[in-house]
Amino acid sequence: MKIKLTFWRVVFVVIMVLGLYSTYIRYFHGLGAVSNMTDQFPWGLWIGFDCLCGVMLAAGGFCMVGAVYLFNVERLHAVVRPAVLTAFLGYVLFIVGLLFDLGRPWYIWHQLIYMNPHSVMFEVGMCVMTYTTVLFFEFLPNVFEALNWKTPIKWIKKVYPVLIVAGILLSTLHQSSLGSLYLIMPSKLHPFWYSPALPFFFFGSAVAVGLAMTIFESTQSAKAFGRQLELPVLVTLGGALLVALWVNALLRFEDYFRRGLLEEIIKPSYEAYFLWLELALTFVIPITMLSFKKVRLSPQLLYLASISTVLGFITNRLNIALIGFETYVGHHYVPKWTEFSITLMIIAMGFFLFGLAAKYLPIFAEAEHPVRARLESKAETETVSMVGTPVLDNAGD
Amino acid sequence: MSKALLYDATMCIGCKQCESACAQQNKLRYDDTVAAEAVQSEHKYTVVLTKDDKFMRRLCMHCEKPACASVCPVGAFHKTKEGPVVYDVWKCIGCRYCMVACAFAQPKYEWGSLNPRVRKCIMCPDRVVAGKQTACAEICPTGATKFGDRDDLIREAQERIRLNPTTYLPRIYGLTEVGGTCVLILSSVKPEEYGYPATAKIGETPMPEYTGRVMERVPDFIPVWSLVLGGIYWISHRREEVAIAEAQEEKSGGAR
Repeated sequence: MKIKLTFWRVVFVVIMVLGLYSTYIRYFHGLGAVSNMTDQFPWGLWIGFDCLCGVMLAAGGFCMVGAVYLFNVERLHAVVRPAVLTAFLGYVLFIVGLLFDLGRPWYIWHQLIYMNPHSVMFEVGMCVMTYTTVLFFEFLPNVFEALNWKTPIKWIKKVYPVLIVAGILLSTLHQSSLGSLYLIMPSKLHPFWYSPALPFFFFGSAVAVGLAMTIFESTQSAKAFGRQLELPVLVTLGGALLVALWVNALLRFEDYFRRGLLEEIIKPSYEAYFLWLELALTFVIPITMLSFKKVRLSPQLLYLASISTVLGFITNRLNIALIGFETYVGHHYVPKWTEFSITLMIIAMGFFLFGLAAKYLPIFAEAEHPVRARLESKAETETVSMVGTPVLDNAGD
Repeated sequence: MSKALLYDATMCIGCKQCESACAQQNKLRYDDTVAAEAVQSEHKYTVVLTKDDKFMRRLCMHCEKPACASVCPVGAFHKTKEGPVVYDVWKCIGCRYCMVACAFAQPKYEWGSLNPRVRKCIMCPDRVVAGKQTACAEICPTGATKFGDRDDLIREAQERIRLNPTTYLPRIYGLTEVGGTCVLILSSVKPEEYGYPATAKIGETPMPEYTGRVMERVPDFIPVWSLVLGGIYWISHRREEVAIAEAQEEKSGGAR
């Protein structure tokens, strides 16, 4: 077999080579050598991006599972599998990222025996561990279908309701708890980003980004795999995204209003510039765009609005994790190139694994609705097809 | 009763013997280079800072309700009943949440190590349990660092302020900050000028309460939210089953 040399393959190889070099530095020369983290900045890019943003970007999984299996929005059925795959890969790579960031990653299992229930970090850790397991089982039917194993699929379908409820419960808990991590630093984190409402903001932004990421990845994979775009799906997601953004924006406004910061945030300052960037990307641009019906009906413009949302909330989390501490510390933190390189390697691995899965597993195939499948055994097949909404017929191909 | 340290900056002569005694006690290198370092680090748990002709010591405050102990996912830090906040290195996974959470920025890290540990003053727990003073208090030639019961030291500090109101600022830093600490500071210059966080900024609420308010809701949230989610699932799928049953009935009705 001959592997064709394309631009992206070359980029991938370069990223992997640099990443492996940085990995060597990390494990053979220590955290001090590989990063610009210091006693003043103990959390850097890896916590800010790989962890805070990584978990947020994987939120599409629980959003889509919730929409389809909990609220029966059948139109979205076609995007559940890619969303669950993204989430599963996202969490696995989040754990990979942790293995770089933790000072003693070989003791990561201590979490299971030396539990401290007062620690937010402990809660996040346990939730991520269990949720990754849940996602594994939600993802597994893809593999079984590819192998044509019928019996294990039946078993998983039996416990599907439990998996769905557990997955959404765990996501609610740890998505918001990532924000709670910062509640203990009222004197360190800049007031623009420190708020008692942080857990709500983190959950709210996870839902918005979950929707935006689903739009982004449907469009992106449609391009990459030459598939037809599911317009009704995108339109539904775009509408939901607009609502989610408004809720987020109102929460943020309410918070600044209550804490009397509205005058503060419009005054130019180092932090204000980053806040403006964040607010423009998260709220001003996508909300304005999505308010036009023309945008909500155009896959290309929806794609742009979703990119703005995703970049905006990434800025938000990096502001919380990095920029918000600079005034307290008194100097800037700029990640070393090796830190960037490891983050890039993890992202590249994500794209690579997604591509592999999309190629060999029935991710984009017209998926069976597990509940309908369960009902099929009770009712006849032809009767079932009558239940599906008309929109479903052109979705999923 | 909890033990504590009272540091009276007006009595300090800046001899740095506390630094060297601390290094010796904790088996750390101490030479002229280390002595000249004006910052705490993984090899310097306490430092005597100089500003004009005045001195100020920095060390772990040994909070009554320590943030480091509450945030550690594996409980590697704990507050002993004698007062010291101690660290169990064999539990530590190296997440560094303690460093981010500490209002006094005390935990330091061995960034150069391949099996790094968090380092901070642990208030000589072995000596304290054995009924001895900490190494720094024992060696202090002027009594600027004094070891004793926290309550006694507070009374003594208040007495010193009462007798010399012109020398001292009328406050004991550490009495109420973040809910009280086991290091108490008397001074003529604000400790804030030496990098201590301002009282107004850190407040008097114990740090663990900020996260505790959220964490204590989790045990109730889990069953309630599971029931809500399960309920939604049941309702939306019950509808579907009803629709199927009706469709089936219609079909069999039509066939007849």
